[in-house]
Amino acid sequence: MSHVADTPAQPIAFTRNAREALADAQLRRNFRGAMDALMDKRRNQFPDGDELERLRAFGNRVRARALSKLPDLLERLEANLVRNGVQVHWAETVEEANAIVHGIAERHAARKVIKGKSMVSEEMEMNHYLGARGVDCLESDMGEFIVQLRAEKPSHIIMPAIHLNAGQVAKLFHDKLAVEYTEDVDRLIQIGRETLRRNFFEADIGVSGVNFAIAETGTLLLVENEGNGRMSTTVPPVHIAVTGIEKVVENLRDVIPLLSLLTRSATGQPITTYVNMISGPRKADELDGPQEVHLVLLDNGRSQAFADGELRQTLNCIRCGACMNHCPVYTRIGGHAYGTVYPGPIGKIVTPHMLGLETTRDLPTASSMCGACGEVCPVKIPIPSLLRRLREEAVRAPAAEPHHVRGQGAKHSRKETLVWRAWRTLNTSPGLYRAAMYAGTRLRGLMPADIGPWTRYRSAPKPAARSLHELAREHLGEQ
Amino acid sequence: MNAKERILGKLRASLAGTTPVADDYDIGLVTDPWRYAADERIARLRRMLEAVHGETLVTTVAQWPQRVLEALAARGIDELLVSPATVHGRRLAEHVRAQDAALRLKGYENPVEAWKDELFFHTPASLTGTLGGIAATGSLVLWPSPQEPRLMSLVPPLHIALLNASEVRDNLFELMHAQRWTDGLPTNALLVSGPSKTADIQQTLAYGAHGPKELLVLVIEDA
Ligand code: SF4
Repeated sequence: MSHVADTPAQPIAFTRNAREALADAQLRRNFRGAMDALMDKRRNQFPDGDELERLRAFGNRVRARALSKLPDLLERLEANLVRNGVQVHWAETVEEANAIVHGIAERHAARKVIKGKSMVSEEMEMNHYLGARGVDCLESDMGEFIVQLRAEKPSHIIMPAIHLNAGQVAKLFHDKLAVEYTEDVDRLIQIGRETLRRNFFEADIGVSGVNFAIAETGTLLLVENEGNGRMSTTVPPVHIAVTGIEKVVENLRDVIPLLSLLTRSATGQPITTYVNMISGPRKADELDGPQEVHLVLLDNGRSQAFADGELRQTLNCIRCGACMNHCPVYTRIGGHAYGTVYPGPIGKIVTPHMLGLETTRDLPTASSMCGACGEVCPVKIPIPSLLRRLREEAVRAPAAEPHHVRGQGAKHSRKETLVWRAWRTLNTSPGLYRAAMYAGTRLRGLMPADIGPWTRYRSAPKPAARSLHELAREHLGEQ
Repeated sequence: MNAKERILGKLRASLAGTTPVADDYDIGLVTDPWRYAADERIARLRRMLEAVHGETLVTTVAQWPQRVLEALAARGIDELLVSPATVHGRRLAEHVRAQDAALRLKGYENPVEAWKDELFFHTPASLTGTLGGIAATGSLVLWPSPQEPRLMSLVPPLHIALLNASEVRDNLFELMHAQRWTDGLPTNALLVSGPSKTADIQQTLAYGAHGPKELLVLVIEDA
């Protein structure tokens, strides 16, 4: 049975987390079923493979163009938002971002925050930060609401409660909300709706994420199905949007291909129920909408990824979650085992920039390199190459220049370096190689039966009596 | 240096010596696969909306007010939130009077703060106009206004939307272009494609998550 985590899993304990998750049959069934369904839905949205490939290439270029002008676009976005009456804040770290949000809350003497889904606010651990300062945060996305009730973290960036089945949610609602036990999903959603409704208009502040920030018009675009995003950004007197600095696109029309790629890849929908474009606070003659709109632009390691031409591609991401849906590792261990806000393939390539490689060193290696993530990514991020690159950064000598990633060399070992150096010498000196092969084949009886992790699930390899080179030479000699 | 200067400084240093990627926007790719013959357009829009539980009804300028009364009566609803300041609001009010129908019409006349409780708990249905529709995705375009504020299409459990057939475009690109969105966007612009929904519990689709449980679109054929 999966349990309610007292302390959230940490990325440094990935191996242990993964082993535990693999032993949880219920969890594996829940994920297998959900991922199969999501893969099917995505496939059905792209019946024309040619259109898909052209659109992915287009999406990639739109994102690459935005990143190639990122500082200018951020300034243009800010100027247009400010002209529209939106207040823009910049934060290098999550501490700064939290302090900005808390400062706004204090100015309004806010006690209660209602949140639409926002992964950046998870990155900030905003609920915890504000909670410790007497400001309650309530999640309003159904999935987020469920994981918050369980004191858990989302296990998927699009479907936060995907690790649970209806029975588990039924029990949770019964225990925590004192309602009748029902596994009827319609009824469960109605319970969520009724519980949350009043909170929308009691909240002092609404917090949301941003899917695309449009520089040309100074517009924040949010997609969603439930309507809680619209509620959170319309009903409370103050709206604070938090987002990463990479989310900006140049022109309004740029969102057209990205929107199509996002919703079709994420949940297999041609479009979400709502596409919500916010360009300012309530005007004098308007009767609803927040009086104040704030945008917090967060760096948190993104500028590190940006600094390197290859790693920069990480920032193409439009957070569709398709890479996790198609990942054989994610499907088997689920989202929590990673111990990071962003799980799965995207998490493995983005989290090292946020937390450094010291604690995330095992993430880039938690991949079979099957390539599925790179193949489905709607903006063509070469995830497998980036994983390989991060593996390299993790074993490079800590002091080697240039320094690309915080925590470089977290997996560096002198022994391993020496072994590889010896390996190279062996393989590049024919005489030495032949001698080693001769010794290896003649002494094959000395091969130990237990060679560490390799033999935990397999028998030890046994060298052949004679090497292929020898056999070939002999064969040619006979001709 | 403040955070903004430091962030921008780092980004600029990283871009030193590079040239921006050219804008080779491929209009064909976002329009060609999403084109429909004139007689297919409305059918496509309806199909897409109905696939996500939206209800659609094709009607006429003369008939739509009666269709609204019927839809409300069929659901046992006797109160409707509708703006008295719009052409369609006035039209409906006249019709209700002429029919002597037992339907109370109320407007969104005060700032939301003044009547939250009533809006959230005692407003079963609303009617708004739309700016147009998109056939490709089955979407309605709404630009909320002082007459028809943002929450009107979100809070009541039933949302009835009027859509002029002539305002339905093939795809989002065409619509944005035709309506010159880049000239200036309102405080809030919306695409609405069906009633509110969620699949957050075990991938099972449920309607009426936080927004309307029902969306009824009256497509006005001759407008
Ligand atoms: S890396 Fe690609 S597939 Fe994964 S979430 Fe980001 S955009 Fe989607």
